[in-house]
Amino acid sequence: MPKKRSIFLGLHADPSPGLRLLLAILPFVLLLSVYVVASEIRHKANPHDKLLPTISKISKAFQKTALEKNKRSGTILLWSDTKASLKRLFIGISAASVVGLVLGLNMGLLPGARNLGLSFVTFISNIPPLAILPILFITFGVDQLGKIMLIFLGTFPLITRDIYLAVRKIPRENIVKALTLGASQAGVIYRVVYPQVIPRLVDTVRLSLGAAWLFLIASEAIASQDGLGYRIFLVRRYLSMDVIIIYVAWITGLAFCFDLALRKCVAFRYPWYNPKADN
Amino acid sequence: MTDSEKGKNNYLLYLEDVSKSYGSKTVLNDIDLAVRQGEFCTVVGPSGCGKSTLLRLILGQEQPTGGQMLMQGKPIGFPGPDRGIVYQRYSLFPHLSILDNILLGKQLSRSILRSIRNRKNDREEALRYLESIQLAEHAHKYPHQLSGGMRQRVAIAQALIMKPTILMMDEPFGALDPGTREMMQILILELWEEYNMTIFFVTHDLEEAVFVGTRILVLSQFYTHEEDYVSGTGKGARIVADHPLHGEKALSTKVKTTAEFGQLIQEIRSQGFDPEYLQNAREFNLKHPDSFITFTEIP
Ligand SMILES: Nc1ncnc2c1ncn2[C@@H]1O[C@H](COP(=O)(O)OP(=O)(O)OP(=O)(O)O)[C@@H](O)[C@H]1O
Ligand SMILES: [Mg+2]
Repeated sequence: MPKKRSIFLGLHADPSPGLRLLLAILPFVLLLSVYVVASEIRHKANPHDKLLPTISKISKAFQKTALEKNKRSGTILLWSDTKASLKRLFIGISAASVVGLVLGLNMGLLPGARNLGLSFVTFISNIPPLAILPILFITFGVDQLGKIMLIFLGTFPLITRDIYLAVRKIPRENIVKALTLGASQAGVIYRVVYPQVIPRLVDTVRLSLGAAWLFLIASEAIASQDGLGYRIFLVRRYLSMDVIIIYVAWITGLAFCFDLALRKCVAFRYPWYNPKADN
Repeated sequence: MTDSEKGKNNYLLYLEDVSKSYGSKTVLNDIDLAVRQGEFCTVVGPSGCGKSTLLRLILGQEQPTGGQMLMQGKPIGFPGPDRGIVYQRYSLFPHLSILDNILLGKQLSRSILRSIRNRKNDREEALRYLESIQLAEHAHKYPHQLSGGMRQRVAIAQALIMKPTILMMDEPFGALDPGTREMMQILILELWEEYNMTIFFVTHDLEEAVFVGTRILVLSQFYTHEEDYVSGTGKGARIVADHPLHGEKALSTKVKTTAEFGQLIQEIRSQGFDPEYLQNAREFNLKHPDSFITFTEIP
């Protein structure tokens, strides 16, 4: 008789699809209930507690920031902040991807470019980006460019080095093979190497997004007129935990969706890239 | 032009005094070799003796430390479409479907405009090759979806579609099971006959080498002076034996069981593969009419 597999415990566990979904939801439900209970307890002791606002307070704040126009600015705050922040994030990370791809490809393939660039990029990547934020603000202004530059400088060295490693990992045989098929040097780059590292680029950008968000929020917190990070640090002065919680949840949700979208994009467009992966 | 230079130009591939060292380590030492159009040369030798290195030199992937390498009378340059290659692995492009892998050579060697104009013809030609390797129904799969044997068949078709002057193969069937391996040996012999190719085939399997080749080259360590004999290896490898094999290829695996077949394998094994047995360079078994040896002074 075959041994029965446990549904949850152990190396050979085989949870049913329903149970899998339940398991995935469970930590969220737990977190939420702990919060609700804790906030309830605190409000019993002090009805004006600001630290853990009740769900109804949070939904009121949501109404105010996400659905109604702000009286002073005439816009819906959550939307205008999101728009401003995503614009910076998008420009910064796009520039970093393009520069990282071009540098990484060149350094990976051309010995000349490798000698020229590798130690320099490695050096740059060791500068703590936040430490040079004042320099960036002084040089590029506290407006858009300074923030975009922080995101760019904070992410492009890592993308460059990762693309470089991906190019170096392509077996020499593969490149010689392309040459024996009549490829020119440009042919090797554009038909053989470039398409093989594109999915890796998407993956690297996906993992760099976490750092990009960090730099975005840090720079907005320090000097800005709008943006998600700006708002969080602004309302902190009034101890508006309800607004902060809404913004944090919204940022987390956005980041999660970007991650998911990029992951799906790789799985769908480049099925050869990760043939075994199921997540 | 002197007579000897004209002679060199008659060969498809001509190597003289070719040596290759990595740092202070000599791998190949004075290789002399002349190959004619249509020959199926197999190269055997103990592991690490430099078979792949020799192939990389002919391919142009690496440059020799010394010596002369000619192909159809011209010095060998960087890898190009006149020399096709099938490696044991990494011959295929993982991001392209099987059909596109075979088509790639056609597209790379043309300008974009001409490859668009010739699209239909090229596709048909690629499909014909796919049929000849019996993989037509897998045209739209990716390499990782095929078995090892299928992948090697694709790699062969991919190289063949460029009609290279010489096709080089480095242990192409090394990772295949015996049954698939035998099928592939017959396939490559059929293709060799059909396209009148010249093949340079590295293998570590003696039986395979004797079965498919028309000429077998044994690469191994050697000695020239008695005192080297004591110090043993480290001088690099040379072609220590060069036999013609039965010229007309019987496409039957039955020959593998005959006595002569076994005897030849035994002979080669003792000459080239026994680490105890070093040959004097003057006693090499160079039976092939084109084989020659130059005695440049070896320090
Ligand atoms: N790039 C390199 N740098 C230094 N040594 C090398 C290099 N490539 C090969 N060698 C050395 O050259 C020798 C021959 O290697 P090669 O790969 O040509 O052997 P082989 O005959 O193909 O062996 P096998 O049958 O195991 O494939 C080995 O001893 C190897 O260590
Ligand atoms: Mg080898």
